Amino acid sequence: MGLVSWTALAALAAVLLTAPLLPGIVVRTKSFLTGRRGAPVLQLYYDLWKLFRKGTVYSTTTTWVFRAAPVVVLATLLTAALFLPLDGRAAPVHFAGDLLAFAGLLALGRFALVLGGLDTGSSFEGMGASREVTFASFAEPALFLCFIALVLATGDLSLSDMLGAPLAAVWPRAAAALTLVGASLFVLLLAENSRVPVDDPATHLELTMIHEVIVLDHGGPDLALIQLGGALKLAIFGALVVGVLVPRAGLGVAAAIAALLVGLGVVAVLVGVVESVMARLRLTRVPQLLVGAAALALFAVILLLR
Amino acid sequence: MRTAPEVLLLLVVLTDFAVLGTTRLSTCIRAVAVQGLLLGLLPLAFAQHVSLHAGALAVGTVALKALILPSFLFWAIREAAVRREVEPVVGYIASLLLGAVALALAFAIAARLPLPESQQELLVPVSLATVMIGFIVLTSRRKALTQVVGYLLLENGIYLFGLTRTESVPFLLELGVLLDVFVGVFIMGIVVFHINREFDSIDSAHLAELTD
Repeated sequence: MGLVSWTALAALAAVLLTAPLLPGIVVRTKSFLTGRRGAPVLQLYYDLWKLFRKGTVYSTTTTWVFRAAPVVVLATLLTAALFLPLDGRAAPVHFAGDLLAFAGLLALGRFALVLGGLDTGSSFEGMGASREVTFASFAEPALFLCFIALVLATGDLSLSDMLGAPLAAVWPRAAAALTLVGASLFVLLLAENSRVPVDDPATHLELTMIHEVIVLDHGGPDLALIQLGGALKLAIFGALVVGVLVPRAGLGVAAAIAALLVGLGVVAVLVGVVESVMARLRLTRVPQLLVGAAALALFAVILLLR
Repeated sequence: MRTAPEVLLLLVVLTDFAVLGTTRLSTCIRAVAVQGLLLGLLPLAFAQHVSLHAGALAVGTVALKALILPSFLFWAIREAAVRREVEPVVGYIASLLLGAVALALAFAIAARLPLPESQQELLVPVSLATVMIGFIVLTSRRKALTQVVGYLLLENGIYLFGLTRTESVPFLLELGVLLDVFVGVFIMGIVVFHINREFDSIDSAHLAELTD
């Protein structure tokens, strides 16, 4: 573990501050494409400000697990963000094998969220929790296949190098495989962030919800933490996609950070376009999509093994 | 990206997976049409200079595999009033995984084949993978129409293998193969149509019930 660089922290701060913009951009893209005006891009900031000033109401069936869930969700995501080389050079925290820690932190956040949902004792939330972990069990192998491809491409076991300068060095040789990994990660982004082909963030229809139903009983600051966590998760996966597809090690620090923020914006617009042009998949078809994403990543691995 | 052929070959593999993963018959046929287009572009991408041979092969392949055969299959869907779902015997996820295994096998086998040095080392594994995925589609799908699609994939794989030796395979021979495929699919289309008339469905499982 080396010295923490200021540029890495500056990049992290920039991403944290702009993360709540991303859902706003998605909504704006959707409303533009469907000919509506849509909510302001800054809507999530207003929502968070409103929610943080509210009080919370806890059901008597809930225990400390329910109260801890939002904090754990946000904390795990913040920690996971520390492992990403957001300035295109090195992450604030990096060591060999930190990709496992990264995936583990994401899983821990999901585990806390699911436990919080189950803790309410509502069968409705239990259903959402069950769906969430079912799809996660398909998404995680795909994520690891993507990581394996990146490890094979760069020969490094740290996310900081897998997405940093070594990746930029191998890009000309392994462009095809890395494009496949990028595509696979984008599908995972849609799945992990409960976006349209998998889940619909706009609906509150009981038969279709996954993420929205788990957080149904959270309110006030708790809900704010979860929504902030959702925006941050979108930014983290967006940073993975941008990190793989746009190697930024050659750019200056300011340019690299700016490129990342622009890239995140583009990813958000793409998510909005996907949400506008396709319908949510039937629940039984979602694993098929995720296995397809895993097949893409596996194809990349085979290409790199050659 | 090193070369245009590499991109085209990767896209060919992606269309293979699209055929395996899709639930819709029309998407299946469209994927095969796109694959036909890619196969047509490949000889042009390979040729160092545009020759009459490569040009004619490209035009013939695109016309047949990307336009005539798919529109014929769409006609068959319409005429036979087929249900739009693929109805696999092996599930979609299992077929995708089988396809991934086939791809890995193709790369492993191609690395060990004692072939003369080729200009594009991706060509042999992709052709083997397409042949194997064609077999998977041929054997794991219920409908006669999807079996035609599997047959087309199989033929596309063989065509890809032939591309390794474009300079030594006579042009007439390739045209002959294209013609064979055209006639084959035509006959299959008619057979599909008749199966449908006879049994009110094109489920090939019914063929096992035939008795005197």
